[in-house]
Amino acid sequence: MKLLSRKASCNSHGQDSSYFAGWQEYEKNPYDEVKNPQGIIQMGLAENQLSFDLLESWLAQNPDAAGFKRNGESIFRELALFQDYHGLPAFKNAMVEFMAEIRGNKVSFDSNNLVLTAGATSANETLMFCLANSGEAFLLPTPYYPGFDRDLKWRTEAEIVPIQCSSSNGFRITKSALEEAYQQAQNRNLKVKGVLVTNPSNPLGISLSRHELNLLLSFIAAKGIHLISDEIYSGTVFNSPGFVSIMEVLMNKKYVNSPVWNRVHIVYSLSKDLGLPGFRVGAIYSNDKKVVETATKMSSFGLISSQTQYLLSEMLSDKKFTKNYVSENRKRVKQRHAMLIRGLKNAGIPCLESNAGLFCWVDMSHLLSSKTFEAEMELWKKIVYQVGLNISPGSSCHCIEPGWFRMCFANMSEQTLNLAMQRIKSFVNSISESKMNISPNQQYSNKSSRRKSFSKWVFRLSFHDRETER
Amino acid sequence: MTRNPDSEPETRKPTRTGMRLIVPLQGIVQGRGGLLLGSLIPCALVYFFQVYLKRDRSSNPPSPSTSAVNLPGLPRSSSRANLRVHVSARASSIAKPNDSPYYIGLDRVREDPYDEMNNPNGILQLGLSENRLTLDLIEEWLSKNLSGSMLAEGGDDLNIRGIATYQPSDGLMELKVAMAGFMTEVMGSTVSFNPSSVVLTSGATPALEILSFCLADQGNAFLVPTPYYPGFDRDMRWRTGVELIPVHCRSCDDFTLSIKALDQAFNQARKRGQKVRGVLISNPSNPVGNLLSRDMLYDLLDFARERNIHIISDEIFAGSTHGNEEFVSMAEILDSEDSDRDRVHIIYGLSKDFSLPGFRVGVIYSFNENVLAASRKLTRFASVSTPTQRLVVSMLSDTQFTREYMKTNRERIKTMHDLFVEGLRELGIESAKSSAGLYCFVDMSRLISPYNEKGELELWDKLLNISKINVTPGSACHCIEPGWFRCCYTTLNEKEIPLVIKRIRKVVETCKRSG
Repeated sequence: MKLLSRKASCNSHGQDSSYFAGWQEYEKNPYDEVKNPQGIIQMGLAENQLSFDLLESWLAQNPDAAGFKRNGESIFRELALFQDYHGLPAFKNAMVEFMAEIRGNKVSFDSNNLVLTAGATSANETLMFCLANSGEAFLLPTPYYPGFDRDLKWRTEAEIVPIQCSSSNGFRITKSALEEAYQQAQNRNLKVKGVLVTNPSNPLGISLSRHELNLLLSFIAAKGIHLISDEIYSGTVFNSPGFVSIMEVLMNKKYVNSPVWNRVHIVYSLSKDLGLPGFRVGAIYSNDKKVVETATKMSSFGLISSQTQYLLSEMLSDKKFTKNYVSENRKRVKQRHAMLIRGLKNAGIPCLESNAGLFCWVDMSHLLSSKTFEAEMELWKKIVYQVGLNISPGSSCHCIEPGWFRMCFANMSEQTLNLAMQRIKSFVNSISESKMNISPNQQYSNKSSRRKSFSKWVFRLSFHDRETER
Repeated sequence: MTRNPDSEPETRKPTRTGMRLIVPLQGIVQGRGGLLLGSLIPCALVYFFQVYLKRDRSSNPPSPSTSAVNLPGLPRSSSRANLRVHVSARASSIAKPNDSPYYIGLDRVREDPYDEMNNPNGILQLGLSENRLTLDLIEEWLSKNLSGSMLAEGGDDLNIRGIATYQPSDGLMELKVAMAGFMTEVMGSTVSFNPSSVVLTSGATPALEILSFCLADQGNAFLVPTPYYPGFDRDMRWRTGVELIPVHCRSCDDFTLSIKALDQAFNQARKRGQKVRGVLISNPSNPVGNLLSRDMLYDLLDFARERNIHIISDEIFAGSTHGNEEFVSMAEILDSEDSDRDRVHIIYGLSKDFSLPGFRVGVIYSFNENVLAASRKLTRFASVSTPTQRLVVSMLSDTQFTREYMKTNRERIKTMHDLFVEGLRELGIESAKSSAGLYCFVDMSRLISPYNEKGELELWDKLLNISKINVTPGSACHCIEPGWFRCCYTTLNEKEIPLVIKRIRKVVETCKRSG
């Protein structure tokens, strides 16, 4: 048996995290309305399946785009041979215009500063290769997307130092948290190269405030480091305050000709806003020519298929379509979000007030047997195996407070979401039931015994079709 | 690692101790008279020199903004503060404008491409191994088989869900099946490829990098027979930190690999303390175009076994054969010998044989489960776009089409090859014996002066700027003999070959006159 490299044999891919373990359970027993109604409902995948019909109708009306034709003429040859890592110019132009549209046209982007990559996963890794040497660190506010542990650290050998955020102020980034993280890195003898934020945040679902953005810019200016703003959920902001891109703040202020201008980089993708993760379309935007040049060359390791570039360039150049899509998609996300909130409220489960994203950051700490991460894991296992919902535990997102979970709502039908809400309600009822069962007060239990047996009967009905096989 | 100012007093102590030793010793050596001068002066010099060195190092603070990265290419128009926007060492080393003639030539053609109607004096592209000969057959297939429902999962209704959503990053099972079938067909049906051992990547470029990450640590090396594809230097080494050790092959052997040379290179590496993790071969080879014989493959496997290393076999030109020799894949010789399957990894893709470099479809094929598992995880950085996967599944599943395509393609490559080689022969120029590839390795060594890399690059420059043809000089491929050039002829059509020969003739005559 041949030895593999250290990288191939180690654990830095983070694939053993509970985040991915839940997926594996789901794959073994996936919910299907018809074929497997007792299966696990996938609420751990932040995918946008709400607006496929809009995409389908555009494709049906524009067969040339998928047919390698431009104005009725075949451009197949051109596309078959096109492997220029500078990207299809028409596609880059369409992308930057789409990005501007999402930002309410408050900012404009130059397509020469855009680098195309096979998905945001590749974009994030490429930026890390460009900005950080092996062993250097980036600061990330917690909780953060579990995939970052793999994408930012694995092959690049960079480090992540967390910026601790807590529920006491709605998980907002504070100056002291930034300074503390920087100090922590110093203590660990790590050179800090920058800060990476997700805006809107994953898993919180909130867009960063102007105050936070200004804080970040002052911080990186003072420390002489970079800022990466992963804005892949920018098109899913459905409530006020609206989305403010770091680019907007950068352009408004004194930063335009300062060193900071070249140290802010944006990551974008069509996987969330357009719901096309399978297409593998990501991008890096930077004002720094050197970063753009290097990232462009590195993109050889993850180019976007010319077929896909052309198809999307046609779609995104259709301004009528994009305008309608952006607003309609927002409406649907908002509606679905409201459904989830209602369902959770009904079950007595609070969540962080959010205005964006394809998920909610849910507080189940009151359901924990103790305020520990062990209890969180216990609860998580119950929810996956007994309740049949794959949700993401806060610990996998490096949250410092136990009991928080991310629940996705945009990757399923309305019926499925309703079912998920019913399941969760039943589960919560059963917990409060069992709490009541061990109540020392005999009188109370006598009084409620009839109520108990009634509610037991009720929820036994709803549990009727759920065997203990899970 | 940041230098902690607290560590400095500790490092000074040993120096003082050292001096306590030196002073009395020197006094003893030089006699009492010279005790003071003879001991104080040299010690003082040593002491101050040490202090000077330490001061220089400690003056570099841990903050990133003063890291001295030399950036010669930056425009001076931006504020000097921009020089402090520093990027990683990796980025700095790569962002330098590429001074390899391989890349320079490609850039020049981009700026001034030949076009029969619009730019007849433009540069003819013979520096890119792309196959444009048989795209018409694919276009024809598309016009008959492509409909809007290509994007659907099947059935009449356009259903984007099947391709829009997240898919396994190492490719759809249907594509793995179709690809395994295609590879079986291309490489001669004596081998059959298993879909479960196929890992799909966005092109052969990431396939190679992923294997490099899986098989070697930073600082380890691979042995590579020369001349080799210039892109290997970037693909295998850049972000991985892996080294490539050239193993030179010579024209007197028709540039065939010798195990003796491999062995020598391995031993030399070992003496240097460099760990060799494997051998990287291209079969058919690029830029020469020769095929490794069955015997050579067995010998290579023996060598790998004895040294306990891997073999990466880049077989991306497997279907582009034009000679009479038969292509033998590494996979074929393994079928009968199971013991060393774990060492062998094959790279394939649709960029050369199937003329679809723009679609980014590459393959890692390995017999090693651990390598497969690691590679699959790494494909999330380089997955094939799903609409493309669907299209390719349809194409490759139409085996009648693929068979006809491969047969016609081979015939056309042979026609072009023969025309080109014959044309060169009329000028008195010979090429290396080859049976495959989209190019030939041409011997223009008698035309260069002096007989070294400088002379070769001068000729290359003449060919590029005066004759207006872009070819790849052997030095860019690490060829140890000067004067060889790789000329790709499959980017041209038949009419253009005489034009190319005519342009080369001009240069030949100029060289003869001055030579």
